[in-house]
Amino acid sequence: MATEATTNTTTGGAPVARSYWHITWRRFRGHRLGMVGLCVVAVLFLVAFLSPILANEQPILCRFDGGFYYPAVVDLVHQVPGTSLIIQKQRPYRLATFDFKREFDPERGDWALWTPVRYGPREIAAEPLAGPSSRHWLGTDQSGRDVLSRMVHGTVVSMKVGFLSMGIAVILGLVFGCIAGYAGGIADLVISRFIEVVQCFPAFFLILAVLAWFPPSIENVMIVIGLTRWVGIARFARGEILRIRETDYALAARSLGVRPAQLVLRHLLPNALAPVLVSVTFGIAVSILIEAGLSWLGFGVQPPDASWGTILRSGYENLFTAGHMIPPACVAIFLAVLSFNLVGDTLRDVIDPRLQAERA
Amino acid sequence: MLSYILRRLVTGLVTLFGISVISFFIIQLVPGDPAQIQTSQIADAAVSERVYQQLRELYGLDKPIPVQYANWVGKLVVGDFGSSFHDGRRVSAKIGEALWPTLSVALLSFMLTLIISTPIGIYSALRQGGGFDRSVSTGLYMLYSVPNYVAGMLLILYLGVKWDLLPFRGMRSDGYDEMTTLGQMWDLAQHYVLITFCFTFGNLAYYSRFIRQNLLEVVRQDYIRTARAKGLGERSVVLKHAFTNSLIPLISLIGLTLPFVLGGSVILEYMFNWPGLGRLYFESVLQRDYPTIMALNFITALLVLGITFIADLTYGLVDPRISYEK
Repeated sequence: MATEATTNTTTGGAPVARSYWHITWRRFRGHRLGMVGLCVVAVLFLVAFLSPILANEQPILCRFDGGFYYPAVVDLVHQVPGTSLIIQKQRPYRLATFDFKREFDPERGDWALWTPVRYGPREIAAEPLAGPSSRHWLGTDQSGRDVLSRMVHGTVVSMKVGFLSMGIAVILGLVFGCIAGYAGGIADLVISRFIEVVQCFPAFFLILAVLAWFPPSIENVMIVIGLTRWVGIARFARGEILRIRETDYALAARSLGVRPAQLVLRHLLPNALAPVLVSVTFGIAVSILIEAGLSWLGFGVQPPDASWGTILRSGYENLFTAGHMIPPACVAIFLAVLSFNLVGDTLRDVIDPRLQAERA
Repeated sequence: MLSYILRRLVTGLVTLFGISVISFFIIQLVPGDPAQIQTSQIADAAVSERVYQQLRELYGLDKPIPVQYANWVGKLVVGDFGSSFHDGRRVSAKIGEALWPTLSVALLSFMLTLIISTPIGIYSALRQGGGFDRSVSTGLYMLYSVPNYVAGMLLILYLGVKWDLLPFRGMRSDGYDEMTTLGQMWDLAQHYVLITFCFTFGNLAYYSRFIRQNLLEVVRQDYIRTARAKGLGERSVVLKHAFTNSLIPLISLIGLTLPFVLGGSVILEYMFNWPGLGRLYFESVLQRDYPTIMALNFITALLVLGITFIADLTYGLVDPRISYEK
């Protein structure tokens, strides 16, 4: 690592100033397992985003009765909120009752470019609880829906919950962490005590207690996970702010007359973000885990929508007749948790300067 | 030392107050009350209203919330958690029944964790960076990333259903009462296997790594060099001098893992139909059983608080280098 730094300065003549995140990324790339984890995360992300053109009962592109249609692509665009006002599916694909698979007639010149999985997550496609076959690679569930298609669409739920719930937690955690760390005094006392109290409760107990009173939905799950998990982030942020507040550059900024709000936002917070990022990465893994668990218990995603947890539950309820639903859901949850953990561990190694010193 | 204990007790009391407030108000925040839910099935509006008012009075819900809180805390102090809204039984009795199944699994799993991870940790530390160290730590890391309920589902599917090796529903088989004492013990032991394993395997990575790390730190100390220099055998140096001293930080780890064991028990206990605290909590939530939910929240938080407190104190007793005077 030391040689890397020297070559940078000598070969280019003038020393190249590199941003902190640039350096972090360079170090991160050197960790094989971390990169594997990052790749899996990227794949999961892609699967979630592309789910409408990966598994859909309507084709990506088709010719039907003389016209061209691309219903799955419209589904893809519709994932962005608001686009449904601009672009809509053409008739007859707009109709819920329209079944292209039945109306399909090659003699008329109809053809179709299907999605890799030809079944929608809610489409009743075959016999219920059928084992894996060449048509349904992972079999079907208790309503005859294709499990692979449901797994693909379950990825959306996991990624959404993972990122959005941690987004809520990060915002709350940073705000309260900064207030406690910078303002000190009574504010710090109150916030720190509160964090200590909340951390005495098992997070899952609190989540269940609150969630039980609201109609189960993925939005509520996200909000409640975010509301219970910000305390850990706030504690991290507080500690970092306390440390950075005493550094020379903070003192320099202060003596230049930078106002407190600006000092925190421009000078302290950006430097406190790295350790927070580590705990967020682990937090995403935990959120995915909690969501799947809640959905398994019946408090999360509601049928007929798909989530890894509900698929696992279907397998549990039909243990003796249809165990085939359990392994895929287990593998998916495991992979998601493992990859986020790998990324988090690597990040921690990469940005902790003390570890660097030890290794050098 | 004494002043430290006092200081900790005072802050502990503040935290305890916070715990009681959260345990109480997390239930009050949400719309609707159990009297409403229990009377929602009654068709006759007048009867429904009358029963509703009576129930509210019976449960004490008609009083203002601060009064309700004061009443609740007042009873809490003498160990009275009230009666369940669901079946009218004493909450303390319900919790008492569920305590042992959860606690026994937690203790068993904890003992197993120590028994397995200690030798692994010591051996890895001695052969630091060697093949054993690396392969075991990678393997354990993978295990650590397997969520316990995911492992539970797979174990139930394969060991429980497909190969029919072990029972996975509840603590006892049907016909338990007719068995001989030996048979009963064997039956009980079989039921413990899967659920205990699920609570244990994830901790192995954490603990063995922890033991390895601490041992590595201790081995660098001067007194270890002294022990070696005076000609002690390697075995004696490692086990007697180094290992015993590397145990100290383990105490705080025990306090840290406890809330996870209790919180994680909800899904696993429900999955294995295990009559413990986690399942009781889940059922109480489904039944909107206020007193039981509040009591369970309060007791688990109190347990966590108490154990961290004890861990902090023993830390000082075991390690005289730690000073509590500021």
